[in-house]
Order: sequence, then structure tokens, then C-alpha cells
Amino acid sequence: MRQVTGLILLLVLVGSLVSGVLLIHPFGHPDASDMDDYIIENAQEETGSNNVVAAVLFDYRALDTLGEATILFTAVMGVLLLARTLKRKEESS
Amino acid sequence: MLSKIVRTVANQLILFILVFGLYVIIHGHITPGGGFQGGAVIVSGVVMLLVAFSSQELKKSLRERVLSIVESSGAVIFIVLAFAGIGTVFFYNFLVGTPIFGRIPAPGPGPGDIWTGGVIPLMNFAVGLKVIAGLSAVVLAIALFSSGEEVEE
Repeated sequence: MRQVTGLILLLVLVGSLVSGVLLIHPFGHPDASDMDDYIIENAQEETGSNNVVAAVLFDYRALDTLGEATILFTAVMGVLLLARTLKRKEESS
Repeated sequence: MLSKIVRTVANQLILFILVFGLYVIIHGHITPGGGFQGGAVIVSGVVMLLVAFSSQELKKSLRERVLSIVESSGAVIFIVLAFAGIGTVFFYNFLVGTPIFGRIPAPGPGPGDIWTGGVIPLMNFAVGLKVIAGLSAVVLAIALFSSGEEVEE
């Protein structure tokens, strides 16, 4: 029973992944550039930043940057935790 | 610890690395770069000090507790700036048009003005603090661990 459920889940997962790869747009299509044009034309006026990349990173897509900062925080925490635990294990053994 | 020549050169060079990293962070909304990149530049200077001097020597001036406080304060500044604009929407750039970083540059290419960008320079600064403290702590912890020293609490 468990194996059958696992097989079904695996098939669903593989199927969705493969269909996602197959259904992806061909490279360069569609060339709808409404969002890009909007940002390029209005970024300086709306955010006051001459660097449009910074405007996208810290204003239009700031939530993404928050995630990036969280990843950094988690990585630092993991390394410090690991270094300390290994040290303690060495001492106790 | 490396030779006296290397240590002296590293001592002189760290100042320029710090100045360049701060420049990249502070001018993040005008020139290419920003908090992540400038922070990485400064941490490369820390790594240079770590190579030139020993990790035990660097441990005396870079305490892990201070580093963690600096990193957390960077994260707190970032979140507070995000919540400050919640009257309109999360991460709203509420400083545009105000006297603080609120000037609006002329459209198109221009020389740039440091008092533009709204919350973008402040967020760059917060992310820079985070990257400097976080990566320094990681590098220092790994160096101390591989040299068999206890990580400073």
C-alpha cells in the first residue's frame, strides 16, 4: 500500500516537473516587455534612484531582497551552530 | 601569522578596502553596487587580515557577540523600513519627495545625487551591515574551528 502511494506520488511529481519543462515558452517568446518598459521609464521618477537595478532590488521587488537577507541569516546561523557543535563533540569524545 | 612585510602591507591596505567598500554601499542607488556587493568587498578585507595575522589575533578585536548584534540590527533596520511604508503597501518607498533622500533626479542619464532614492540608500546600508557582520562571523568561525581554537562567545 505504502509503495503504491509512493509510486503514485512519484509519478505525479515527475509528470508535473516534465510537463513544466515541456510547456515552458521557447527562448525569447513571448516578447511582452510591458513590465520592463514601465520600470525603465518610471523608476527614476517613482523611486528617485538613478540606478534602476537598485530601484528594482530595493523597491519594486524588495520582498525578494528580504528573502535573500533571510537566506544569508540562516546560512550564518547554520555555520556558527555547526562549528560549535563539532567543537563540543571533539571535546567530549 | 605571516611575515612582517605582509602584515605591514595588510595594515596599510585595509583602510583603502574599507573606504572602497563603504563607497560601494553608500552609492548603491547611483552607481553599480549596493549593500551585498560593498559588504562582500569589506569582508574580503577582513579575510586579508585573517590571512596576514592569525585568527587568534583577529579574535581579540572581532567578537562574535558584537558581530551578531550588528547583523541583527541590520535586519531590524530593514524590517522597520519595510513596515514604515505599510500605510500604502509593504516596502512602500515613503521617503520620496521628503527632505531626507527625497530628491528626484532628472529623467535619463545624469551625474547622480546622493540625496535621492528614498529608502533605497538606507536599505542598502542595512543590508551592508548584515553582510559585513554575517560573512565576517562565518569566516572567523571557520578559521577558528580549523585552527582548533574555541569560538568566542
